[in-house]
Amino acid sequence: MIDLAINAKLAHTILTGFIKSEITRAGFKRAVIGLSGGIDSALSCFLAADALGPENVLAVRMPYKSSSQDSLDHAQLVINTTAVQSLTVPITEIVDPLFERLPDADDMRRGNVMARTRMIILYDQSEAFKGLVVGTGNKTEILLGYSTLYGDSACALNPIGDLYKTQVRQLSRDLGIPDEIVDKAPSADLWAGQTDEDELGFTYKEVDKLLYLLVDERYSPDECIEAGFADEFVHQVIERVRRNHFKRVLPPIAKLTNRTVGYDFLYPRDWGT
Amino acid sequence: MKQTLALAQINTKLGDVEANLKKHLSFAQEAKSAGADLLIFPELSLTGYALQDIASTVAHHPSAHDPIFAPLLEASQELDLVVGFVDEDDRHRFFIAGAYLSKGKVLHVHHKVYLPTYALFDESRFFAWGDRIQAFDTPTFRAGIAICEDFWHASPPYLLWLDGADILIFTSASPGRGLTNEPKLESARWVEHINQAYASLFTSFTVHANRVGFEDGLHFWGGSTVYDPNGELLVKGPYHKEALVTVEIDLDQLHRTRARLPLLRDERTALVQREMMRIIGERRGTQR
Repeated sequence: MIDLAINAKLAHTILTGFIKSEITRAGFKRAVIGLSGGIDSALSCFLAADALGPENVLAVRMPYKSSSQDSLDHAQLVINTTAVQSLTVPITEIVDPLFERLPDADDMRRGNVMARTRMIILYDQSEAFKGLVVGTGNKTEILLGYSTLYGDSACALNPIGDLYKTQVRQLSRDLGIPDEIVDKAPSADLWAGQTDEDELGFTYKEVDKLLYLLVDERYSPDECIEAGFADEFVHQVIERVRRNHFKRVLPPIAKLTNRTVGYDFLYPRDWGT
Repeated sequence: MKQTLALAQINTKLGDVEANLKKHLSFAQEAKSAGADLLIFPELSLTGYALQDIASTVAHHPSAHDPIFAPLLEASQELDLVVGFVDEDDRHRFFIAGAYLSKGKVLHVHHKVYLPTYALFDESRFFAWGDRIQAFDTPTFRAGIAICEDFWHASPPYLLWLDGADILIFTSASPGRGLTNEPKLESARWVEHINQAYASLFTSFTVHANRVGFEDGLHFWGGSTVYDPNGELLVKGPYHKEALVTVEIDLDQLHRTRARLPLLRDERTALVQREMMRIIGERRGTQR
């Protein structure tokens, strides 16, 4: 029996404490969050608003012309429910001139450009609003590498990165995030009709259970198959986790001297605070 | 005889000994006002926990000549203190250490003997192993100190018990982990279980001071406890919040419990020694 249920009250206590601690010890009191209209950014926004007070959170909507109206509306619903500050910066006028120069760019390239453009806007607002960028990537997408490097994965701190998508859904429901956001099909909304589960080829519900066995419970691939998962699915997921590991670590530095950042120059991020 | 114990369930500033010293002194004052005889700080309370390469730069030696220990020794004129710090010995080895200070003197220093170096832990990369487990006398009772992983192993508390410790002083910087549907983290549940078990098995007071706060993504959950020689919970600090936790203990409970349950009297140390020698000898044998 694979049980991914979590105690929402305890998770809320730890995660709001984490946000407040990481932001205040860095000398800030405010946060900036890109709000897509999806569940992950909604949850990060709710947690940040509870941790810092809604007046100290800036939610930024960054629609492209093909973004669905639902996404915009759901983001607005989060803004209204949490009473955070908000800003809308459409990215169409920024990315379309580039796409005109690169007419051959496929959906993947265009999606990456959009994700990285949003990162630029969030980090600009980080300076303008004097707040740190709070991440919105969950454990499932981090493990699967289902994100754009230096795009939606870019942040100063990430409160939800150790929660599987299944757990994000549960916590979101328990914290009162509106049903229409919790229940809709997850989508990066980079092109019309895109859904995560179509693109990945499996459901979050299914892959979360497998990842839980592989990662948290340290099952071998054979043990996962014995537990009832299809051979092909198990190996496909393991390969995906391996292939995308580069997104989870800093780029390697070629070691030359006796003391090198990342190898033997080791300090915690919270050094001195 | 009654004693008032206080547990300083504090947050610390990572690598800022001066700032942490200030907090120690203010908690000492507060504990004194609350009538405490002994105030116990968590593991690495003067430095913070996830030090990595900071470790060698925040080391101090517990003596009146040390600028950090001088004021702590001064404060120990008022009430006994257990503080956590990085100790640097004469040969420049660095230890995770706990010192018992009383009436201006250092009564005991314990160096952590079990340095977890697995999963999220990396202690033996930065610290030397301690190699002594000894109880010591305070003005009113005999005690022993074990630091975090030291009491995840059964042997240090067992040895302290045999060496005469009636109060087991456990200090931790325990990172919370194991979020499930339960209202308590798995790590908290485990630590509370074993603290209660040690109190029961060794018919001793088991005192656990754990810290709170965050370092990078780690969080420390608090929930400091005192169990009596019957294994009964006497006091518990809040989870996740800084607090000064005080409780009065009755040392005469040792007499009452051990009259009823003479586990210490009946402990067969010579048998343990014989069997240990045999087991170690056989293990040597299999390695050849």
